Amino acid sequence: MSSFMSVFGLWMAVFFTFSIFSFLYKDNPFYKFGEQVFVGLSAAYWLVYLFYSIMLPNLFTKLFTDLKGNLILLIPATLGLMMLLRIIPKTQWLSRFPIAIMIGTSAGINMLRYTKSDMLSQISATMINPFNAATTSAMIGNILLIFGTICGVYYFYFSKKQEGISAVPSKLGIWFLMISFGASFGYTVMARVSLLIGRLEFLLKDWLHIIK
Amino acid sequence: MKRNLPLFFAFFCGLLVIVSEFIPHRPFSLMIDTLQEWFMIISGFAIILGQISLFQSNINKIKQKDSGWMFYLAGLISFILMLIVGMFWGTQETGGLFGHGTALQARLGMKPFDYLFEFAYMPLSSTMFSLLAFFIASAAYRAFIIRSFESNLLMLTAVIVILGRTSFGSMLTGWLPQGLRFWHLPNLSDFIMEYPNSAAQRAIMISAALGIIGSSLRIILGIERSYLGSDK
Repeated sequence: MSSFMSVFGLWMAVFFTFSIFSFLYKDNPFYKFGEQVFVGLSAAYWLVYLFYSIMLPNLFTKLFTDLKGNLILLIPATLGLMMLLRIIPKTQWLSRFPIAIMIGTSAGINMLRYTKSDMLSQISATMINPFNAATTSAMIGNILLIFGTICGVYYFYFSKKQEGISAVPSKLGIWFLMISFGASFGYTVMARVSLLIGRLEFLLKDWLHIIK
Repeated sequence: MKRNLPLFFAFFCGLLVIVSEFIPHRPFSLMIDTLQEWFMIISGFAIILGQISLFQSNINKIKQKDSGWMFYLAGLISFILMLIVGMFWGTQETGGLFGHGTALQARLGMKPFDYLFEFAYMPLSSTMFSLLAFFIASAAYRAFIIRSFESNLLMLTAVIVILGRTSFGSMLTGWLPQGLRFWHLPNLSDFIMEYPNSAAQRAIMISAALGIIGSSLRIILGIERSYLGSDK
């Protein structure tokens, strides 16, 4: 039975793979079917994952095993239920309270996190002596690093119109950004192509046994 | 009360997080731990709300017999099926409401949730993302025909990075003498990643951090209140 189900599963995987690839020809019912099944499965997958990894250990297990000791957890549970009231138009306003708590908390957390990790640490990492390098290419690289960071930040300064001489650093900033986008683009291409190779390998190896 | 009290909550929670960073002692440390635990639980409910909304929207489309309603029905059925098997027999590590489903496991060779994951979710997800390889190729072609200096810079970097990370790129410039090793594609690709790319990434990170700090302050101080929605 187990081997039958394995073969059935394999054919199901092949069917879904071809359904999605059929979009390369044009939009068709097979693709639409695969797309909606994917939406349904991924929504349920994340819901189940959320239940077992967050809701069960942090709320339900604690409440069911020791209610008296965890009475305080009834507050987030109530707030959570208030959040669900958003689907009823008359009680929609009640969801503002949990949303406000979430937004306020995440604003505080983000403000601190980004100040420390993304702003201060990046600025301090850029404050280096460019000439203190082992090789000439590393020295040129360090100069480019400092220069590129300053020009890039200047490009994002929108409070004053950048024209004339003040537009030059901004233009150089765009060049650095384009290099970075190109590198990201290259990596994305490689990641997607490797996924494509994975699917072709599945079809030719696991399904058709053409390659070993 | 409907607007001002939530605004006060947002201000209080935001301020509490910031104060606790500078005074990492009781009662602030305890308060921040509790708040973070609550945050996680409420976020869980927020995700459930999103799933209910998806469910409702699919039900409405099916009820109104919108075009392609049968596809939405398929989506709904797959959602319910995955949810049921996950809740009843659990996932790879955890048991569900009916335990681990040993009999079913013997039939399927794995848990029903993992079976659906392996033979339906995983092929769908990886094929969907691999499809992007073709669209990226068309995007690259469009970038090439723009023929501006910036687009050429982008494509040239992309080509160097791609070639530099493959054995083909290594083979192309492998013959270069020692004095010109810098132009060897893997070395050039490493240089681009380490310096100009890092510079631009740093500029983006610093600028985005400034934006996030500004918008966080606006939320905490109650200047930004669009998340509360309208009074209707």
